[in-house]
Amino acid sequence: MTAMLDVSDLRAWYGQAQALRGLGFRLAEGGVTALLGANGAGKTTVLRAICNMVRTAGTIAFEGRPLTGLSTASIVRLGIAHVPQGRGTFTTMTVEENLQLGAISRSDRRGIISDTERMYSHFPVLRERRRQQAGTLSGGEQQMLAVARALMLRPRLLLLDEPSFGLAPLVVRDVFGILGKINREDKVTILVVEQNAQLALELAEAAYVIETGRIVMSGSAADIANNEDVRKSYLGY
Amino acid sequence: MMVDASRKAISDAPPSDADAARTMRLGTGTSLVILLLLLVAPLLVKNFIVFQLTTVLIYGIAILALNILTGGSGQFSLGQSAFYALGAYTSAILIEHAGVNYALTLPISGIVCFAAGFLFGLPALRLSGVYLALATFALAVATPQLLKLGALEPWTGGVQGLVVDKPDAPFGLPVSQDAWLYYFTLAIAVAIYIASVNLLSSRSGRAMMAIRDNEIAASAMGINVALYKTLTFGVSAAITGIAGGLGAIAVQFVAPDSFTIQLAIALFLGMVVGGVGWLPGSLVGAAFIVFIPNVAESISKGLSGAVFGVLLLVVIFLVPDGARQVAQACRSVIGRRKG
Amino acid sequence: MELLSNQILAGIATGAIYACMALALVMIYQAIGQLNFAQGEMAMFSTFMAWQMIHWGAPYWAAFVLTLMLSFAGGVVIERLLFRPLAKAPILTNLAGFLALFAIINSVAGLIWDFTIKPFPSPFGSSPFLGSRLVSTHQAGMIGVILLVLAVLFVFLRFTRMGLAMRAAAAQPESARLVGIDTNRMIALGWGMAAAVGAVAGMLIAPVVFLDPNMMGGVLIYGFAAAVLGGLSSPPGAVVGGFLVGIIENLVGTYVSGVGNELKLPIALALIVIVLVVKPSGLFGRQEIKRV
Repeated sequence: MTAMLDVSDLRAWYGQAQALRGLGFRLAEGGVTALLGANGAGKTTVLRAICNMVRTAGTIAFEGRPLTGLSTASIVRLGIAHVPQGRGTFTTMTVEENLQLGAISRSDRRGIISDTERMYSHFPVLRERRRQQAGTLSGGEQQMLAVARALMLRPRLLLLDEPSFGLAPLVVRDVFGILGKINREDKVTILVVEQNAQLALELAEAAYVIETGRIVMSGSAADIANNEDVRKSYLGY
Repeated sequence: MMVDASRKAISDAPPSDADAARTMRLGTGTSLVILLLLLVAPLLVKNFIVFQLTTVLIYGIAILALNILTGGSGQFSLGQSAFYALGAYTSAILIEHAGVNYALTLPISGIVCFAAGFLFGLPALRLSGVYLALATFALAVATPQLLKLGALEPWTGGVQGLVVDKPDAPFGLPVSQDAWLYYFTLAIAVAIYIASVNLLSSRSGRAMMAIRDNEIAASAMGINVALYKTLTFGVSAAITGIAGGLGAIAVQFVAPDSFTIQLAIALFLGMVVGGVGWLPGSLVGAAFIVFIPNVAESISKGLSGAVFGVLLLVVIFLVPDGARQVAQACRSVIGRRKG
Repeated sequence: MELLSNQILAGIATGAIYACMALALVMIYQAIGQLNFAQGEMAMFSTFMAWQMIHWGAPYWAAFVLTLMLSFAGGVVIERLLFRPLAKAPILTNLAGFLALFAIINSVAGLIWDFTIKPFPSPFGSSPFLGSRLVSTHQAGMIGVILLVLAVLFVFLRFTRMGLAMRAAAAQPESARLVGIDTNRMIALGWGMAAAVGAVAGMLIAPVVFLDPNMMGGVLIYGFAAAVLGGLSSPPGAVVGGFLVGIIENLVGTYVSGVGNELKLPIALALIVIVLVVKPSGLFGRQEIKRV
């Protein structure tokens, strides 16, 4: 199996503080991988490092191509969509403009139009609110918009930072259902960072557990879910 | 993410921490060396340069006042020239029309400017960032025009301004007028500097800095934000007014066109060059705005403005945090050597 | 009554210039969160370039268009050379940078073209407009050109993908990078456009105030006032602010007794400050929500 994303000896810093202390992992093409860990373990930093949004050392290769030295915008243009924490909604713009922004680096007009339609069929509520200012959407709707905006890039890799954060349980089920569907139908590889380990392990095939900037455990989602320590620390039973 | 640029705006002094008070001033040893240098300087140079050094001290006081306002409470003013003018005119009028001793006019100027600053601080409470900058800017632009008003002419002398006598050294001391004025100014500058350092490291100073760093959190901690902000405006205006009074005595002349927006801009540039919020930097910034235009003039008469601009750019490119950054670098080098 | 309506019309004409300056200021403010104190000097320099071309025999509109292009390039260069390196410096240091730029441009223009006042041609002539004593054809043409500039900008920002990307980069730079927008390029573009818009203002006001290196001082102050009055977060607000400031300035000068040219500016500014005290983020600005 070829690795879509190959990360090795990744270190990252915020100012003087080191957040990642040399970690490595590989993402299989077409799979869903979960990054688990407590608050402050460095999960978000891994995603930010992939998009060159923090100071890093080590190597990250996407489809065999090293990302070192590329700007965030050019990394995104390679086909890596990133739904950040807080969702990154363009609050002052309409829902439709948000979707257009997701596709801003593409030039195939037809494709953009048909993808917009496809997003509206994935998330019908967005169609109802297409002319509304995105900042007025509810949390769940904004999360759907964020996922839809990311997919408008037609990414090959989708990075999701806490997609369940602040959402009602029913909405979370919805969002994760659609993520699974997107992974199966559109063959988008997904790397998801989650506090809600149970949920993430249901969606993912593989998982890594991070503690204080290092990977302390890795394996298939089922193995991780059955691990005694993980169950105690992250699953709560 | 939710705070826009105009709001977070001005408070770019580093966040206050346990040693905020220490970073605001110099160590005792360094302070004494600088004081010694300032004491002997007039003995070594010509009278005209003594006069320039006096000007540096006076501007240094005015920049210190701006530093207290901006570095202390995070408010920003382009209107300092108005308070400087008010102080200068108060002293000049008291000396010339009421025959008050020049030294006694200074506290009066300070009090008048404190009141003016406090009153201006009240509406300014509603404004922050660039909006406050505009309001203070309006004040600075209006000042020369107001000073020219016909109704005030009996006191202000209108466009002509007022001439002030230069004081002699008291008690028959054998020093020139320039040297006496220098030492007189130096004594006041040192007193104001010490008082300011103490003010900023006091309870009130910490309250001011808490407001600068986070106004909402400060008010949640029980700090009376409105009171402290207006008080800071008042204190800053008072110190600026004293500098203005000294300026009137030193230059022996006040006129509306000495107090245009250019003066306010010069004081602002002095603050940036010295390092925003770093009190000792005020002296460095003052030296910059007094001497660098002359240097620029001597390099090229026709392009003196451009040369000044380029020199200013060089400074802010090399040390965006001004003299403070240089001082910090020196301190860490010395620290490493000792350690 | 005729005096009043004519004064308002004259106010709209000068207001159009302030609107242009305010718009240029807001464009840069939106891109980098800074007020460009050198905007007026940049416009002045552009106007001198146009004057030089006309002096060398170029037709007015050719010089006009070429000046716009050169100004755009100049704006981009200034951003790259001066303000990109300062992007991480404190905001007040940036302000000092603008003032340095101000001094440099003013001094260089004085050296090249000296400080004597020069007339600048108007393509619209200066006869009375529709028989009005206070409004000339130049002022009418000025309003027309500026409304056209505003319309073009509006269409660009509202209906083109590039405009959308620019707005996104200004509103949420980090999110913009995450959809693949090169925000640095957008900032440079914003500077270029602001410089070009400023050049339009300079070339249109020059026939009225005459050409010299200090011509934009007063205009810039009113431009600031207009931008702040309208709300810095709102380009249309800046335009309305420009017109309002122009009208206020004219009416204060005409109807308040004892107000000469000297006091017009302070009074206009005082009025604006009063408005701000009532509405601290400008007439059309959004009140930002603060989080602790």
